[in-house]
Amino acid sequence: MIYREAGDFKTTYKADQDTFPIRFDRVAFWLSIFVVALIIPFFVNDYWEKAVFLPFFIYAIAAIGLNILTGYCGQVSLGTGGFMAVGAYSSYKLMTSFPSLDMFVVVILSGFVTAVVGIIFGMPSLRIKGFYLAVATLASQFFLVWLFNKWEWTYNYSATGQITAPERDFLGIVVTGAYSDPWATYIFCFGFLFIFGWMARNLVCGHIGRSWMAIRDMDIAAEIIGVNPLKAKLSAFAVSSFYIGVAGALYFAVWLGAAEPTEAFSIDKSFDVLFMIIIGGLGSMTGSLIGAAFIVLLPVTFKTLLVGFLGWPTDIAEFIQIILIGSLIIFFLIKEPHGIAALWRTLKQKLRLWPFPH
Amino acid sequence: MSLKAVETFVTEDGRSIGPVILEVKDITLKFGGVTAIQNISFDIRGGEVRAIIGPNGAGKSSMLNVINGFYHPQEGEVWFKNELRAPMKPYQIAYQGIARTFQNIALFKGMSTLDNIMTGRFTHMSSGIFAQAWWKGAAEKEEFSNREKVEQIIDFLEIQKIRKTEVGRLPYGLQKRVELGRALAAEPRLLLLDEPMAGMNVEEKEDMSRFILDVNEEFGTTVALIEHDMGVVMDIADRVVVMDYGKKIGDGTPEEIRKNQVVIDAYLGISHD
Repeated sequence: MIYREAGDFKTTYKADQDTFPIRFDRVAFWLSIFVVALIIPFFVNDYWEKAVFLPFFIYAIAAIGLNILTGYCGQVSLGTGGFMAVGAYSSYKLMTSFPSLDMFVVVILSGFVTAVVGIIFGMPSLRIKGFYLAVATLASQFFLVWLFNKWEWTYNYSATGQITAPERDFLGIVVTGAYSDPWATYIFCFGFLFIFGWMARNLVCGHIGRSWMAIRDMDIAAEIIGVNPLKAKLSAFAVSSFYIGVAGALYFAVWLGAAEPTEAFSIDKSFDVLFMIIIGGLGSMTGSLIGAAFIVLLPVTFKTLLVGFLGWPTDIAEFIQIILIGSLIIFFLIKEPHGIAALWRTLKQKLRLWPFPH
Repeated sequence: MSLKAVETFVTEDGRSIGPVILEVKDITLKFGGVTAIQNISFDIRGGEVRAIIGPNGAGKSSMLNVINGFYHPQEGEVWFKNELRAPMKPYQIAYQGIARTFQNIALFKGMSTLDNIMTGRFTHMSSGIFAQAWWKGAAEKEEFSNREKVEQIIDFLEIQKIRKTEVGRLPYGLQKRVELGRALAAEPRLLLLDEPMAGMNVEEKEDMSRFILDVNEEFGTTVALIEHDMGVVMDIADRVVVMDYGKKIGDGTPEEIRKNQVVIDAYLGISHD
């Protein structure tokens, strides 16, 4: 390995709790943030924005949200698509009802609306666990999509049943609608990922995050320590839904620009985000990011490689991609439930000691 | 109740222990047709080590479950700190100052030793979700002041080396020790230990006995423990309750229990040497 941690002693609890306890990691992290936030925006074009960066940022926020609920609190949810729809439709209603509202405020408020909906659909978790809870959240997925199809008020009685994002700005910079600049939407979404990623990390390291993990690992012991299961589970549902709502709002308003519930927020979305956290790593913030990058980039890479270079038909490339993702999920569930993030940790551990085995 | 609450008690080794802090009165607990506990009353005095012994299935663990609110008995009363306790959820009882460990280790397997013990401080941490998300300021300060308490417990239990190890990977004896640490982190008035030495070798048992006595003496924590190793019980307990088939068959100092004919017949037996 190119670094050693010998001599890197911690003298305060603050230093001990750092996200990146090793100096090299810390420098590398801030360097990459610098590149992503201040250099790429100058070069980003429409293709990279729409095909790579926006989906990655937005899915990463959703994956962090689902990871809080499933990875940290142990409550399986298949309602991600439905909750994203709640975020998207709340942002649509807010944008059309209050045209002067800043887009940042719109997205945050959509998150809070989704959090409330999440709490309501999280209530069954107090009674049922595991597989049965997954089925209960599946009901929320279908119910919410049905609701946004049938309840005309939510799409302002438009004839097509579609919602289209009007032009709105963030501090005077246009971030939604057809005339938004790639760099503006890029910075806008990256800002959300950065701020809320940081907050999620704070939450899971504090006593609330520990109460979630306690419920996940041993709910009886958590209860005798003073964790109220009702509060812990519902707060996990609320926070998770908030993140997914924010992701849903950005997904519709900034990335797609227009959406229709059956297509954009189908059960496939729920599974996509679930696959992200399984492949990336359950109960890991890095895992959420790796998983999102993996699921977003794989189709793009396959298209470029197989269709672009080798000239294969598009459908074959797509089937190969589906087969690959499916087998990877099976592999990770059996071999490494903590995903790529855990593989990375093991690799680092091995490299630290290299060339010695122990 | 009134008299017992003030009166002190002198143990066999000459220690004087305080007034009653917990009293169970005429507890009867039934699961359908099975009576797990029948009409049991006893008290726990402040600062003592109280042992509950008896053969398997005597209802000892059920008794602890009644004390910390997992089971709600059909009949009887629990008095804690001179107050009749209303039926409560286990997490509310944690806030009253009762902590416990389990017979089969119930640690949070996916978390590090440090996080497990930090979770034990849950009742002492109150910052809200927004403060936690922002972290700087109140949440951070609260975290570090609690971390200091946890580090004292880690020092006390001599588990500094495994601070950052995931507890699922620790050997059994250490897991038991971490679980004790998690219960201690709550700074309980009353500590319930369900077979803290089950499955341990002699050396581990000696360590654990030493920790229990130290906790009792240094922090003044009242300890109620269930244990099968009679040598240990007679050594460390100030008073002993004996249960058999859900009934109380003996209550007194270790010396009294050793001589109690009913207890000898039901549980202790006689030595054949």
